[in-house]
Amino acid sequence: MAMTIHVDIVSAEGAIHSGQAEMVYAPGVMGELGIAPRHTPLVTRLKPGDVRVDTGKGEMEHFYVSGGILEVQPHLVTVLADTAIRAKDIDEAAAIEAKRRAEDALAGQKEEFEYAKAQAELAEAVAQLRAIEKLRKIKKS
Amino acid sequence: MAGAKEIRTKIASIKNTQKITSAMEMVAAAKMRKAQDRKDATRPYADKMRNVIGHLYHAHPEYTHTFMKERDISRVGYIVISSDRGLCGGLNSNLFRKLSKDIRAQQEAGIQVDFCTIGSKALGFFKRFGGKVLAQATHLGDAPHIEQLIGTVKVMLDAYEKGEIDRIYIAYNAFVNTMTQAPTVEQLVPIAGSTEKELKHHWDYIYEPDAKEVLDGLLTRYIESLVYQSVVENGACEQSARMVAMKSATDNAGDLIDELQLVYNKARQAAITQEISEIVAGAAAV
Repeated sequence: MAMTIHVDIVSAEGAIHSGQAEMVYAPGVMGELGIAPRHTPLVTRLKPGDVRVDTGKGEMEHFYVSGGILEVQPHLVTVLADTAIRAKDIDEAAAIEAKRRAEDALAGQKEEFEYAKAQAELAEAVAQLRAIEKLRKIKKS
Repeated sequence: MAGAKEIRTKIASIKNTQKITSAMEMVAAAKMRKAQDRKDATRPYADKMRNVIGHLYHAHPEYTHTFMKERDISRVGYIVISSDRGLCGGLNSNLFRKLSKDIRAQQEAGIQVDFCTIGSKALGFFKRFGGKVLAQATHLGDAPHIEQLIGTVKVMLDAYEKGEIDRIYIAYNAFVNTMTQAPTVEQLVPIAGSTEKELKHHWDYIYEPDAKEVLDGLLTRYIESLVYQSVVENGACEQSARMVAMKSATDNAGDLIDELQLVYNKARQAAITQEISEIVAGAAAV
């Protein structure tokens, strides 16, 4: 019986894989990593790529990760996978987008206020018109 | 007494409303189950991450990240999570009530507040309430993705790192059970109690590329995952609150129909009696 290592692959939106493996391969930022049981503790960032899990039954399971963090303990490998493609400029763009949305929404506030004001003015005008019409009717009769 | 025909149309219209509310109730019940599953699915990631951060922190007690350092407070930020749609009982208004109480307490202490909203109801609330909204995200749908939140969270974290805000809170509805949702305001950053003291054995890792960068990435993702978790939890709350609200609406509509039916019957009977007495009176006169 070959030695095995426990592998957990989780993302923020759910667990992806959990099981025993003889060997795990992962795309670290400093290069491809092969992790066998009793690997020394290690933490690394991952590049987008393929995480392969060798289950020892002649099968190789593939998981695509778009980045993330890999933690290795002697008998446990944890892949904290990103589901989104992360890069500094992409994150930055997302942040700018979120800010812009807030500004737009707050700019919309003015419009809505004016809308409400306009509605009130309209109601007032309609009431005035009605009053005038009534006065006319009274005068005619 | 209102005419029989009027009452009949009223009953028909209430029946239609009842059909809608009972359909909404069933839809919400189905969605609630899915939302609860989604909520449970987010847990392993945050747990694993908390473990790794705990280990890291233990191995490097001298290195404290900005996200872990307490500092003097002059301005705080709130991430407010609400639903996108209404018709879910007092879910959002309960949260906003708790929140505004909190905000008033902060302002009385001379602390200013910034906001970041997730969900259109929160945005609508701050439009009325006033306040500086730094970022917002709406229309996340039933299955929110973390991508939709990255930008919004980053705005707050950037502001925190630059020292524009000194503390970040998160306000959302915690799922207690189907009947109860607890409006909750929690401190998000600086991360409180992330150092588990009861770690039995700890070790130092090999870091690639280096400890600081790894910890940076980890903490940002950890905070994002916490926000994501709250969003998903709030989603489960929304569905269950809607289910309960729609159930009571359906029941109320049923009561109303029963009452109206009684009134209708009385009106009908009165009309018949009147007709008969008219006929009898007419026959007697002849």
